[in-house]
Amino acid sequence: MTVQTLMDALKLTVLTEGDLSAEVTGCYCGDLLSWVMSRAEAGDVWLTVMGNINSVGVAVLADIACIVLTENAALDAEAKQRAIDNDVTILTTGDNTYVTAAKIYELLKE
Amino acid sequence: MDYYYDLHIHSCLSPCGDSDMTPYNLVNMAALMGFDIIALTDHNTAGNCRAAQKAGEAAGITVVAGMELCTAEEVHMVCLFPEADSAEAFSAFVKTTLPPVKNKPHIFGNQYYMDEQDAILGEEEILLLTASSLTVSELPARVAEYGGFCYPAHIDRDSYSILSNLGMIDPSFGFRAVEIFDPQKTESLKVQHPILQQMKIFHSSDAHYLDKMQEPAHKITLPENTPQALLTYLQSL
Repeated sequence: MTVQTLMDALKLTVLTEGDLSAEVTGCYCGDLLSWVMSRAEAGDVWLTVMGNINSVGVAVLADIACIVLTENAALDAEAKQRAIDNDVTILTTGDNTYVTAAKIYELLKE
Repeated sequence: MDYYYDLHIHSCLSPCGDSDMTPYNLVNMAALMGFDIIALTDHNTAGNCRAAQKAGEAAGITVVAGMELCTAEEVHMVCLFPEADSAEAFSAFVKTTLPPVKNKPHIFGNQYYMDEQDAILGEEEILLLTASSLTVSELPARVAEYGGFCYPAHIDRDSYSILSNLGMIDPSFGFRAVEIFDPQKTESLKVQHPILQQMKIFHSSDAHYLDKMQEPAHKITLPENTPQALLTYLQSL
C-alpha cells in the first residue's frame, strides 16, 4: 500500500505533500517524540497529535512513510515549512488515533 | 538588591539554538540589554556554561550554569547550579540517561561546544533534543544531589510543559517555583491551578536567537549577585 492509497482509503486531508508513492509497511502510534524516535520503523505511518517542528525531525530520522495528525490536531507554521523542506508528507483526519489505527490495521491485512 | 534576570537562554550547543548564540554573543547581548544575572540552559547539557561564565566575568554580568532538561514525560525543566563544576557533573550524568540517537545537523541543527571567545571546541554527536529517562518526580532530588535546583519550564506552552503533558502540577512533586513564558497568563493560570499561588513565578525568554532575547523586565531580590546567592534563595523557597 502506498501513502496515496492510504490517503484515498481513509479520506485523509493533505497538509504537506512528500512522496505519495512511498510504501506503507506498518503503523506506529505515539505522542512522546523521544519514544517514537527510538521505536517507529521505516515505512510506518505515524499517528500522533504532535504537530510541532520536532515531529518533522522525528519523521525524517525514523524514515517513516508519513505522519497522520489525528483528531485534526494542529500543525504549526514552522513545522509545516520544515516538512515541505524535507519532503515529509503530513496528513490529517478528524478520527481519533484508535479509530484511525484500526482502519489502517484492516488495510494492511489486505 | 533587586537584579534583572533571564534564567532561560539557549546557546548554539542546543541544536535549535541559532549559530549566532555563541556564549560570547549571548552574554554580551544580555549585558548590553541591562541584565544583571542570566542562566545558560541548553537542552540536556551544561557544556557551554563554563565558557559563558568566563565571558560573563569579562562583561560584568553574572552567568548561572544551568540546563533545560527534558524528562521522560517530555516535560522541560529549568535546572540551575551553584557553579560550572556541579552543572558539568550533572550534565555528564544526564548524558548517560539520553537515548543513543545521533544528531542529524541538517535536520535539527549543529550542536557546537565553544569557548568564551567563540572558538569552536567541538560538536556534540548525540542528539540533545531527546528525552532523558529521568522522570519529573525524581528530578528535584537528582538535581539536589549536585547542589542544584529545578522547576518546570514554560508551563503555559502547549508542548513540552508540565501542564500540557501531565495536565496538572501534582503537589507530591514538591515544586516551589515555575516558569511562565507569557506574564499575561499568570493570573488566569493561578485561578486554574491554585497550587501556583504558593509558588515563586519566573518569567524568562527561552531565547534561541539573539533577537528573541527580551528587554529586562523582571527582577529578583538577592543579597548579592552571584549564582550561589540565587541557589540559596531558591533552596529557601
